[in-house]
Amino acid sequence: MQRIGVFICHCGTNIAGTVDVKAVAEALGHEAGVVFSTEYQYMCSESGQQLMRKAIREHKLTGVVVCSCSPRMHEATFRKAASLEGINPYMVEIANIREHVSWIHKDMKEATEKAIILGRAAIAKVHLNQPLQAGESPVTKRALVIGGGIAGIQTALDIAEAGFEVDIVEKSPTIGGKMAQLDKTFPTLDCAACILTPKMVDAGQNEKIKIFAYSEVEAVKGYVGNFNVSIRRKARYVDETKCTGCGLCTEKCPQKKVPNEFNMGMNNRHAIYIPFAQAVPKVATIDADYCMMLKTGKCGICSKVCGAGAIDYKQQDEVIERQYGAIVAATGFNPIDAKAYNEYGYATCPDVVTSLELERLMNAAGPTNGTLLRPSDNEHPHTVVFVQCVGSRCTETDERGKPYCSKICCMYTAKHAMLIREKYPDTDVYVFYIDVRTPGKNFDEFYRRAVEQYGVHYIKGMVGKVTQNGKQLRVQASDLLAGEQLHIDADLVVLATAIEPDKTARSIATMLTASMDTNDFFTEAHPKLRPVESPTAGIFLSGVCQGPKDIPETVSQASACAAKVIGVLAKDKLTCNPCVAQSDEMLCNGCSSCEKVCPYGAISYSDKEFRGPNRTTLIRRVASVNPAVCQGCGACTVACPSGAMDLKGFSNKQIMAEVDAICQ
Amino acid sequence: MQEMMEKRALELLADGTVNRVLGWSVGEFPYDMTPAVFRSAEDLKDRFVYNDFCGANLSKYLIKESKGEGKILVFLKPCDTYSFNQLIAEHRIKRENVYVIGIECYGKADVEKLKAMGLSGITGIQMKNGEYVVETVYGNKTVKASDATAERCLSCKSKKHVVFDELIGEDGDVVEDCNRFDMVEKLEAMTPDERFAFWRGELSRCIRCNACRNVCPACSCEQCVFDNPNSGVAQKAAVNSFEENMFHIIRAFHVAGRCTDCGECSRVCPQHIPLHLLNRKFIKDMNEFYGEYQAGADPDARPPLGTYTKGDREPNEGGNK
Amino acid sequence: MPVTEYKPKIVAFCCNWCSYAGADGAGSARLSYPAEVKVIRVPCSCRVNPMFILRAFQRGADGVIIAGCHPGDCHYTSGNYFTRRRMTLLFSMLDYLGIERERTRVEWISAAEGAKFSKTMNEFCATVAALGENKRLEDLRCKK
Repeated sequence: MQRIGVFICHCGTNIAGTVDVKAVAEALGHEAGVVFSTEYQYMCSESGQQLMRKAIREHKLTGVVVCSCSPRMHEATFRKAASLEGINPYMVEIANIREHVSWIHKDMKEATEKAIILGRAAIAKVHLNQPLQAGESPVTKRALVIGGGIAGIQTALDIAEAGFEVDIVEKSPTIGGKMAQLDKTFPTLDCAACILTPKMVDAGQNEKIKIFAYSEVEAVKGYVGNFNVSIRRKARYVDETKCTGCGLCTEKCPQKKVPNEFNMGMNNRHAIYIPFAQAVPKVATIDADYCMMLKTGKCGICSKVCGAGAIDYKQQDEVIERQYGAIVAATGFNPIDAKAYNEYGYATCPDVVTSLELERLMNAAGPTNGTLLRPSDNEHPHTVVFVQCVGSRCTETDERGKPYCSKICCMYTAKHAMLIREKYPDTDVYVFYIDVRTPGKNFDEFYRRAVEQYGVHYIKGMVGKVTQNGKQLRVQASDLLAGEQLHIDADLVVLATAIEPDKTARSIATMLTASMDTNDFFTEAHPKLRPVESPTAGIFLSGVCQGPKDIPETVSQASACAAKVIGVLAKDKLTCNPCVAQSDEMLCNGCSSCEKVCPYGAISYSDKEFRGPNRTTLIRRVASVNPAVCQGCGACTVACPSGAMDLKGFSNKQIMAEVDAICQ
Repeated sequence: MQEMMEKRALELLADGTVNRVLGWSVGEFPYDMTPAVFRSAEDLKDRFVYNDFCGANLSKYLIKESKGEGKILVFLKPCDTYSFNQLIAEHRIKRENVYVIGIECYGKADVEKLKAMGLSGITGIQMKNGEYVVETVYGNKTVKASDATAERCLSCKSKKHVVFDELIGEDGDVVEDCNRFDMVEKLEAMTPDERFAFWRGELSRCIRCNACRNVCPACSCEQCVFDNPNSGVAQKAAVNSFEENMFHIIRAFHVAGRCTDCGECSRVCPQHIPLHLLNRKFIKDMNEFYGEYQAGADPDARPPLGTYTKGDREPNEGGNK
Repeated sequence: MPVTEYKPKIVAFCCNWCSYAGADGAGSARLSYPAEVKVIRVPCSCRVNPMFILRAFQRGADGVIIAGCHPGDCHYTSGNYFTRRRMTLLFSMLDYLGIERERTRVEWISAAEGAKFSKTMNEFCATVAALGENKRLEDLRCKK
């Protein structure tokens, strides 16, 4: 039997004005197990707390009920006071008789009765409370960033800046991501390479940052503070430590007909290649799908020309294991495949390009060395039509497209239109849009400049069809404002294709037990208040993997994400919430019902031996909860048919005791 | 059928594929075929039976039996295979320890229907050519077998075996228009008062014998929450009349999304309470609200209560009239 | 015998993060609702076991309401989605048994919606009071 002390707070007149506190103290004093009951003007004050502590000492209390304001206000205060007297803080319960009683009820009799009932419920609960110990777990002071685009780079740099080690795992041969492929950036029109590549170099040179390029995360085990990650380092067939990045091999390689992914396949590269001049790490990679030496064993030229002796045709994939305290998903995005859009002729007409292809066509390091030439005949386009929202903002039932706004297209199209008009003033530029969305600092000004200063023709309406018409493209569209059908003969059509999370994101989310929405964007722990954290403790989100973003927004989120990671790594030990689920192995069926509803992947199963009848042993599959991962929502407790799963601090019995007390 | 099954069982015992057989033998009464494990060829020849009264679903027994030494042979009717699959999905049965022979089934007989014809004191039943010769202490009577088909079999949902190692007889198909929700719909169409009166009439007969729980393949907890003194709802002695209600509602809720609608609960209820109507209500609601779902059809499928969509209906919207 | 006005007993399960805070908000704004409503704090609406609801009815509650974060805003991301499915099925079942469906309710009330909390409780209380005492659940098993 507990020895419970009850303390009723007047809260000045806030409570005592409507609740007969003396009557409450009197009534609750008669409850079973209550050995001390009193009221006081301000329980939360220093003297109020002293009063409670003295009572705990003098009456050898084992549990405390405070009838006061909301537990959201002072639960922590009273728990701390009680723990100073050696009572476990989780033996304290609050009956909320201010917000839930005195402030909303005017009739003193009614309010007093309700206060007594709430007090009884709290007493009933304390009778069943168990002392709970908050566990601690150590923290590995190193972070993993998955994805080496601008988001991953910025997060890694900020974490390293705070003095912590950080690894970047990037699946392609170099970091840089999509931003490296961009020509200019809105709204300032500075060149992407000029602002990105110094950051890449910083990341490459920072001694706290280790870059695993051409590598993929293969398995993730553990929980916040203690992740164990297997990383597959794919064979480059080039020794990273020896290669100087001189590029001689890439010039001499006889296999020259490999579509260059950096230029969106619009020109070719060699089988051994460095993706672009500023790649980090600047190391050559052999494309095993095309290398004659690897395919047929005949060639070996790169090995012969390499002065550093870095070529290694026998190199194998290597799986390494690394420990981390926190993991950042920065897996980025890709444009959707526009081939599904037959009406725009992307698959059939060479002069219909996507915006990212246009970036390469306009870039000095691109396939046309920065001169805008149309792909079919390398002629100058004189009429360019931009089609907005290709695959964005589709209805939920549209299988080709996405329901969301890709967010960046309005701005980059304004940028493209402006750059074309500036460089080639003889070019007519049309933009077909549903809405022009330009929230963001200096964004609307930028768009207006495109319209007002550069004379880009913005037409509200949808493009219905693009067909090849001789050397030109026939664009059929509607002008919604003028209410008429338009036919434009264009030389180049640019599709602002929707962006979607990278295809690897889902498998990574599964490994991380991080949740995703139906579009495969990572879900944040709270859409407003915890936007850079995954609901899974220790997993953080950076960049477009969480939702469409432009560069400024990505960078801010990346830094915010770094701050959250640093918050974890700065601690030596993590204190766990003790109110977590617990599985009673004797009752558990191992049916996996609980696992299905756990948003954190905190439940695992193992075969355990039990004593059966007649000295036999029985092996049963049973669930166990990792208290460092469980956040204590209780979803599993209801999914569990046998009642094996229960929540500490809010157990079935405790809640039912409250129900009983209230319905008495 | 019995000969073919027995022959195959003897072969599998002889070649060492299995070391025991889970089937049926004659129980207390001549119409009471009860699950039994046969450990030798002699035992099998001696006691094994299979006939129209072998309604019992054997899958639940495998929770225990599949953990024993060696492989066990089990005969599963189409509807039993769903329960088997569901138990596989819940990791309750060790699949590698079970050899499943799917047996065709065109409906089982319900002795209650014979009794309802006024037959009592049954001492034996001869089955042949679609007829039963029912021997009673008062003399013999011949009835059409189809007149004795169990209610649950009249609305059979599937004649397809969803899992088996080999088949004896034909594999059928899922029955698309099995009308198994007719009674649920009829109840839904009633006024709340009528529904209340119906259920009061039914549930008031419950004697809490736990037969429904003991036979149900989904009710297979190591220890039932209602038997666990720490659960807060354990019932040694009923505090008030409410507790049986709570038991049946919670039982139906606990098996929601896991119940394959095998109908065993109603079959074994000594008070003839149509308990399957509770389970079917949940099944029907889940099908309507969250898309068609048949527990046990696909062991990898996500059960309706283990998943959600953002556009799910709201609880206050209601389902009935 | 003086005629006393019938007052229903109502149990409100509120999730700690949204609805309990919403109830606090109603208090701070002095937005009254009947004293018959007693709140039980749970970490998340998905902690509410159907057993708790039936237990409340068993012990004489006339109405049970569950309040949680709005779908999509769950502190634990997905808890209230499970609540929604579970309670949809449970309420439908209670209705199927002939128990007035107005006795059970789920509402999504955010921490900022003190006014909604108060309004919901006022409405719910009035609805349950109009139904009168909850006899049916008890009576289901009643032997004549």
